[in-house]
Parts: sequence; structure tokens; C-alpha cells
Amino acid sequence: MSSDHNDEGRRDFLMVAAGSFAAVGAGASLWPLVDQMNPDASAKALASIEIDLTPIKEGQAVTVMWRGKPIFIRKRTADEIKSAESADNADMRDPQTDETRVQKPEWLVLIGICTHLGCIPRGQANGDVHGDFGGWFCPCHGSHYDTSGRIRKGPAPKNLEVPPYTFVSDTKIKIG
Amino acid sequence: MSEHSSSYKPSNAFTRWMDERLPIIRLVYDSFGVFPTPRNLNYLWTFGGILTFCLLVQIVTGIVIAMHFVAHGDHAFASVEHLMRDVNWGDLIRYTHAVGASMFFFAAYVHIFRGLYYGSYKSPREILWILGVIILLMMIITAFMGYSLVWGQMSFWAVTVITNLFTAIPIVGESITQWIWGGYSVGDPTLNRLFSLHYLFPFIIAALVGLHIWALHVVGSNNPTGVEVKTKEDTLSFFPYFVIKDGFMVIMFALLFSWFVFYAPNYLGHSDNYIEANPLQTPPHIVPEWYFLPFYAILRAIPDKLFGVIAMVLAIVVLFVIPWLDTSKIKSVKYRPMFKPFFWLFVITCLALGYLGAKAPEGYYLLASRLFTAYYFIHFLVVMPVVGLIEKPKALPDSITESVTGKSSPEETAKEGAQS
Repeated sequence: MSSDHNDEGRRDFLMVAAGSFAAVGAGASLWPLVDQMNPDASAKALASIEIDLTPIKEGQAVTVMWRGKPIFIRKRTADEIKSAESADNADMRDPQTDETRVQKPEWLVLIGICTHLGCIPRGQANGDVHGDFGGWFCPCHGSHYDTSGRIRKGPAPKNLEVPPYTFVSDTKIKIG
Repeated sequence: MSEHSSSYKPSNAFTRWMDERLPIIRLVYDSFGVFPTPRNLNYLWTFGGILTFCLLVQIVTGIVIAMHFVAHGDHAFASVEHLMRDVNWGDLIRYTHAVGASMFFFAAYVHIFRGLYYGSYKSPREILWILGVIILLMMIITAFMGYSLVWGQMSFWAVTVITNLFTAIPIVGESITQWIWGGYSVGDPTLNRLFSLHYLFPFIIAALVGLHIWALHVVGSNNPTGVEVKTKEDTLSFFPYFVIKDGFMVIMFALLFSWFVFYAPNYLGHSDNYIEANPLQTPPHIVPEWYFLPFYAILRAIPDKLFGVIAMVLAIVVLFVIPWLDTSKIKSVKYRPMFKPFFWLFVITCLALGYLGAKAPEGYYLLASRLFTAYYFIHFLVVMPVVGLIEKPKALPDSITESVTGKSSPEETAKEGAQS
């Protein structure tokens, strides 16, 4: 016969074991309900695109879609490259050199989404404003980006993001 | 007033039979019939009834709209236009729902400022107040989700900007945002889940309103003097006096509501939302609906993304703790000469932030929105605790009855009654 004391210990164990089992079970059944909201297989399948660069002339910019996001591709002029490189040591919120943001200096590839709250900065179309630093200007809350897509003024915390891309040939890139 | 015993007497065999099984007639009789209500309530106390009316209008029109709405990125915008042009009375129903959201917030803001002026958040009404703030939060989320469903340019970019607020969270922000989107940007999956939740939330709000009324009926209504009910003479029964008073104001409110629906249905909206959502083009000025402008101004007043988001959230969360931030024992601002100007300064601050939220965040506008944002928080965090400690309040009336009749004791009132 076990004493009362032993019995209590056994009951505590059973309580904790049953409670833990129920908690694990509840968590396991909750997870599918939470995870179903994450990007699904069809969204993930649209992972990469190829773009032919031949029609883009110097000083021209095009916008393409990748994973539902606009991608800015700009063939920069010598002046723009120079202004981006000469600003490498300027006081910046998110310091990066121009060199680390491009694979070939004339081709600048960026995700065209303001890092503040996700608006599309202006500066792609003819006649758009380019902001104080000659790159892009976000009209929502006034962020200015330079010719390397770096944040120079306004509320955005980070530079325009560079998507993962590779040059498949001299005139073709693959994004994603 | 939970202590008052039920005076309901079933009048016939059926109601007696019913009362022994489910005393629902008794509940309605006690809560909305004989319920003792302070006799000095002014018209600002009718906004609870008006808000119940607003919630009902939104639920009824919303259920009807859902019969015609298609929650799909390619069809949502067209289905709203279809509702407006082809469905019988569709334009009337949609305008009522859209204007209804504005009217709902207008009434809610009047209701909240009434609570702030008369100290309705103070003991013993803290839980009642907190439930109200939760309802406000739910209303904000529901209204935002409903606005997104139209899938116009303003809808789309409002969703983009607001969901991007979550990217401000360090480390997990990006994953949380993609989880909310169901993709790598705002798209069809996002629209679908917003529709699902927009349909659910009003019913949660209705349940919270039930708790809000329950809590109200435990502690009883506050009143313009802030002096608690002491005797039966201080009250009148809810029916017919306050049913008539609330009903009258619901009709007045419905007139204003109708004026907007019939003569200016788009006045409170933004014309850009009649352009279909385009993920490649941000409208030149993104502006939320008027009822979010003060919060939007606070978000933009702060030059740092994370702190801007935190300040905007705190602007609402701070309301949860004001029962403990306000150190004054006196409820009504009427009797608080030192606090009174600060109260009105706070009202001006909220109106000014609303104005500034619609302006571009630059130059003097930005400076002004920073100053008013600062006062918004100073009011709660500094003025409320400090003024309550150093202020010398005016003399309160002895009772609600005295404030109404000028007679101090119930006996005197009784004598007066006997003489006439």
C-alpha cells in the first residue's frame, strides 16, 4: 500500500502529463490552421523570371513583375554611376557602396517597393520626379533614393532591396 | 444596480410558464423596462443607443452586400460596380453601408469624448470603459478590412501600407507580413482572408456590446454631475423616459445619415477608390478615411518607422490605462476648473491631427503634427496624473436630485410635492 504522500506525487504527475499531452495536441491541431495562411505552393512556384535587356537604352528604365512585386531595371548613364559612386562615403542611414549593389555598373536592378510602408516610388516613367538625389522619390511619406537606390532622406529605414539575380548571358538576366 | 431585485410579475399563464423555464421576458423587463437611470442624463447619453443602431445597420446592409460581392482579386472591383449599377437598390444599400461606417465612427467618437468629459472611465466603471476601448479597436480593424474589399486604388494601397507596418517588427516582421498576405505582396489570398474576417468581426463586436451593456447594468450609468445615484429620487425608469429620449435622437441621427446617403454619398470617400487596384502604381496621395486621419498623422509625425508604428498603436492603447492615469476623484470636468482647459486643448489636438493627417507631411504641417502628437501623449501621461493631484475642484451637488431641483434632500423634494 502506498502512503497518501506517494499518492499525491502520482496524481501530480498524472495532472502534469495529461496537461502537457493536451497542450501538445492543441498546438499540433492549431498549426495547420495558422500555417494555411502562409504563401501557398502556387505562389512559391512563380519564383523566377528571365528578362531580355537588349531593348533597354542608356538612361532608360523598365518595370517588370516578380512575385507580384515591381522590379526596377535601369541602364544607368555614366553620370548616374559617377554620382552613385562618389556618394559612397556620404552620411547614410543604411550605408552601402554602389559596388555591392550592382553586378555590372550600368545595370541597376531593384525591388521597386519603398522600404518604409511598401508604396511604389516614382522615377521610372518619363517626366516622373526623381527626388533630391536623382533616383526615386516615394510620394506616400516622402522618402528620397539616390541613383543606387539608397535611402538618403525621408522615413524609409533601408535602401531599396536588390533581388537575387544572375546574368544568364550578356543581355539577359534571371531574377529569383 | 445589480442589487435591485426584480419587480417583474408574469401576467398570464404563458408568461408564468415561460418565466419558470427561461426568464428572458424578466431579463428584458429588468434591463430595459424598469431599469433605474439617472434622471439628469443629457443628450450626449443617447449615443449608446445610436451606436447600437449603427451596428445593426452595418450588419444588415453588410449581409445583403455579401450576397453580391465576389471575393477575388480579378472580380471584386467589378462586383462592387455591378452591385452599384445592376442590382435593384444596390447603390442605396452600398452607400448606406459606406456612409454607415463614417456615421458609426462619428457616433463612437462623440460617445468616447462624452466619457472623457464626464469621467465615465473612473471607478467603478473601469471594466466598462476597457470593453469600450476593445470595441473601438475591433471597429477600427473591421472598418479597415471592409474598405480594402472594394479593391480600388485606395483600398489596395491602404492594405499595402498598413500590412507593411508589421515589417517594422524586428527579425520576424517580414515573415509575419508574408503570413498576413498569403504571398509576397498584397493579392488575391489577402483579399479573401480580409473578406472572411470582415464578415466575422461585426458579430464579435455585437458580443462585446453585450458585455459592455452588462457591465453598464452592473454599475449603472454615469451622469453629468458624476455624483453616483444615492436614492430612488435620483433615477427614472428606462422605459418610457430614456427609450423615448434615445429614440428621438436616433431619428435625428438618421436624418443626418440620410442626408449623406441621398445627397452626398461620396463626400466622405476618396475618388481614387473608383479606379481599380493597380499593384504597379501608387496614387500620388494615400489618405485613409477621415476617421483614421488623427492616427495617420501620428504615424507620419515620427521620422522613424518602428517608433512611428509604436506611437500610433500607443495612441489607442493608452486609453486602456486612463482609469489609473487620472488621479482626480472628481468625475465630471464641469467641477474641475484646472483640468477643463486641458480637456478642450485635447479636443482641439484631435481635430488638428485629423486635419494634418490629410496634408502632405512636410514643412509647417509636419512641425504642427509633431507638436500635436506630443500633446496627445502629454495630455494622458502628464496632465491627467498631475492636474488631478494639484487641482482644487468646485463643490459637487449633494445628489443628482439636488442638481436638478436645487433642493438638497429628498425630504424637501417630497414636501414640495405635497404642497403643490
